[in-house]
Amino acid sequence: MKYVDAQQVQKKMASRLLANNVAKGLFLLATLFGLVVLVILIYRVVAQSIGWLDADFLMNKLSTAPERAGIMGAIMGTLWLMLVVAPVTMILGVGTAIYLEEYAKKGKLQSFIQTNISNLAGVPSVVFGILGLTVFVRALDLGSVVLAGGLTMALLVLPVVVVASQEAIRAVPQFLREASYGMGATKWQTIKNVVLPASIPGILTGVILALSRAIGETAPLVVIGIPALLIPLPEGILDRFTILPVQIYYWTIDSALVAEYANLAAATIVVLLIVLFLMNSIAIIIRNKFQKRY
Amino acid sequence: MKGVFILAKAVAEEKNKLNVRKMIEEKKNSASLGNFTEKFIPGTLFAIAAISVLTTIGIVVTLLSETIMFFREVPFLDFFTGTKLKPLGEDAVFGVLPLLTGTIISSAIAMLVAIPIGVMTAVFLSEYASEKLRRTVKPLLEILAGIPTIVYGFFAFTFVTPLLRSIIPGLEPTNILSPGIVMGIMIIPMVASLSEDAMSAVPNSMREGALALGATKLEVAWKVVVPAAISGIIASFVLGISRAIGETMIVTIASGSSKNFTFDITQSMQTMTAYIVEVTGGEAAAGTTLYYSLYAVAMTLFVFTLIMNLVAQYISRKFREEY
Amino acid sequence: MAATSENERKTLNIKSKREGSGTVGAPKNIVYNTKDLNLWYGEGHALKNINLEIYENEVTAIIGPSGCGKSTYIKTLNRMVEMVPTVRISGEILYRNRNILDKNFKVEDLRTRVGMVFQKPNPFPKSIYENIAYGPKIHGIRSKKVLDEIVEKSLRGAAIWDEVKDRLNQNAYGLSGGQQQRLCIARCLAIEPDVILMDEPTSALDPISTLKVEELVQELKNDFSIIIVTHNMQQAARISDKTAFFLNGEVVEYEDTDIIFSNPSDKRTEDYITGRFG
Repeated sequence: MKYVDAQQVQKKMASRLLANNVAKGLFLLATLFGLVVLVILIYRVVAQSIGWLDADFLMNKLSTAPERAGIMGAIMGTLWLMLVVAPVTMILGVGTAIYLEEYAKKGKLQSFIQTNISNLAGVPSVVFGILGLTVFVRALDLGSVVLAGGLTMALLVLPVVVVASQEAIRAVPQFLREASYGMGATKWQTIKNVVLPASIPGILTGVILALSRAIGETAPLVVIGIPALLIPLPEGILDRFTILPVQIYYWTIDSALVAEYANLAAATIVVLLIVLFLMNSIAIIIRNKFQKRY
Repeated sequence: MKGVFILAKAVAEEKNKLNVRKMIEEKKNSASLGNFTEKFIPGTLFAIAAISVLTTIGIVVTLLSETIMFFREVPFLDFFTGTKLKPLGEDAVFGVLPLLTGTIISSAIAMLVAIPIGVMTAVFLSEYASEKLRRTVKPLLEILAGIPTIVYGFFAFTFVTPLLRSIIPGLEPTNILSPGIVMGIMIIPMVASLSEDAMSAVPNSMREGALALGATKLEVAWKVVVPAAISGIIASFVLGISRAIGETMIVTIASGSSKNFTFDITQSMQTMTAYIVEVTGGEAAAGTTLYYSLYAVAMTLFVFTLIMNLVAQYISRKFREEY
Repeated sequence: MAATSENERKTLNIKSKREGSGTVGAPKNIVYNTKDLNLWYGEGHALKNINLEIYENEVTAIIGPSGCGKSTYIKTLNRMVEMVPTVRISGEILYRNRNILDKNFKVEDLRTRVGMVFQKPNPFPKSIYENIAYGPKIHGIRSKKVLDEIVEKSLRGAAIWDEVKDRLNQNAYGLSGGQQQRLCIARCLAIEPDVILMDEPTSALDPISTLKVEELVQELKNDFSIIIVTHNMQQAARISDKTAFFLNGEVVEYEDTDIIFSNPSDKRTEDYITGRFG
């Protein structure tokens, strides 16, 4: 007797192929779903911002009256915030990466710090807000100022910079380090003159991605206490401030009261998305320009 | 005797050679600053690296100390079994269950959206799509992942909720369903990309073995690739859940602040994260039970996400050993 | 005769064969004197009781099959081998009569005196000029005028000046493989080392580039002591004064190159150079 009935196989084949095609269509739809939502989201936001997003909106200070309200304060606040976040997170992130990759001996301490960093990356941003509120705003008595927000944000995005810098440093070929040591260079000379210059594009890409994460974060700054209606522009890192996403937040929840606030929120979102798009483009350009030189 | 001679000759030769060697020797003697830097740098870098550890310690100590204060005023069991949360007023009651249900239900809704769509996307990209298509779609999904959560919150509140309300008549203006779905959409790229990585790591020889026996692509995907990549896929689910639990702005905006203990997804529910935002936004005076409750809730949230992250790390570490 | 013989080592290290056979002229100075060197990578015993004397202004070739320890040995001479974390070393290596394996010996000083050229050309992803100026700069020479001088002198010394003098500011990765290797030699010359270690410097090069590097080595030996690892026996025969044959981490034979290739005393050396294995 035969174990395989050819006719049976033939019959089943048709249904198996059908199942395959149906599944393929389904999987394609699933893939498209995310993309369609992306299109709808952007379309909605842009449509709602039309008529509201203009030069006045960018240049005006905050106001309760929708027609007069502008986001100059939030733009300035975001810039000041980045002025704190960028150097702090860069120094901490690159320093940590150099320590882990070049100085730390492979062992318990190194893997402890490494595990700690990946766990830190998984801590919800709102918890960082509580840390910032407790330590920077209250214990150090800074108040809800740019510096307190910036330090909180810098710690939040630190893992992004560390991991990106580690990858960049690890990608520097060993033979370049050997060449430098072979000339009698010390470890730090080698790092400073060979390793860092070769890994700077990767590090910069990481820093930009970290900053774009920081620019879009809302929860930690709401938690450290940013007022809903802050009219004066910040003039330094010890001033109170607001930022684009926080402004979006307040306008969105208040849109139940004043419908036009939804348009203001949408217009601010468009500005925020454009900024993020530009930052990511720069990151991609840097990455592509400096890729593979050896 | 001979040694001295050799040394003398070496010195003589030194003089004949061009200046560079001598210059280097001279510089070396005056380069005490360089030596100082060389000794100073490792310590400095270690101190910098320690800041990430200090951050973790800072989080744990902050949360823990104030949480202990909280449990001096509210019994531990009352907090974790209490179904009533009324933080303000004379007769304040602190039961965390309303917040826990809010968190769990919104995360469950999110995962119901993110898991099937994310995995199907991953299968499509890994098993069906051409290299070119994959290279176009993946960056687009990355854009989806890079959109700030506040934007998703706005989207949930001003678009998804009204849309759902036109379909489900009883849906309240703030409800847990809409932010749950939108969180799911936000998490799709994460599940898709991590699962796709796991599936792409499955060796082609395994696929070829099955294809050679006449299996269809679907059968290969379902019976060979997915089982082989299952731990990576599950790790992506766990990370997705952790992300959903910790997500703040979407639920804060779109689910309101009702503290009712309910399982009705058409109603407003508050999550742990949204509670934190509400209480800090109200500037709770330090030292009050309300203020301490903030830390107790944050601690609960922290422990939840930490466990999820450790589980995900454990699963994916096991997975890495397989091939 | 094998240089490793116990007796010879005891009769104080400087008695070279030259002296014994009554060659006219001053005895050659010893640059490196290796005594009872043993090296382990983790559990693997990579170098076993190495005893070698290497002389000034000569080209010393180290030959042997892959995995015989010749690369490990040369990397021990500037302690580059320590970049492998599991490495353990015992014994002594006297460089100009100072034990470089001593804990107090500053490895940077050693490497400033002992340059190295690697298997694969490894210029920095910087300009040609910056590649040469790298060494002098890290050792504190900042004057532009002096650096210009050093760059030209070094590039001339490595016989590559004419090829690159018009593009000193271009990236070194624009050069061909052979040019890159000569650039690396020039980079080495810039700090005026005493010894140049070469770890299979031509293994990644085409025959013409190889020839150029070999000619260069011949010229350089007037000013430097050169130790070159090669798996190419013809190369060793062509350019070296002395040759050491390594096998399984041991020195089988160390002799004048003429003798080793014409009249080896050890059967294994003969087998190797006549191509019976390796």
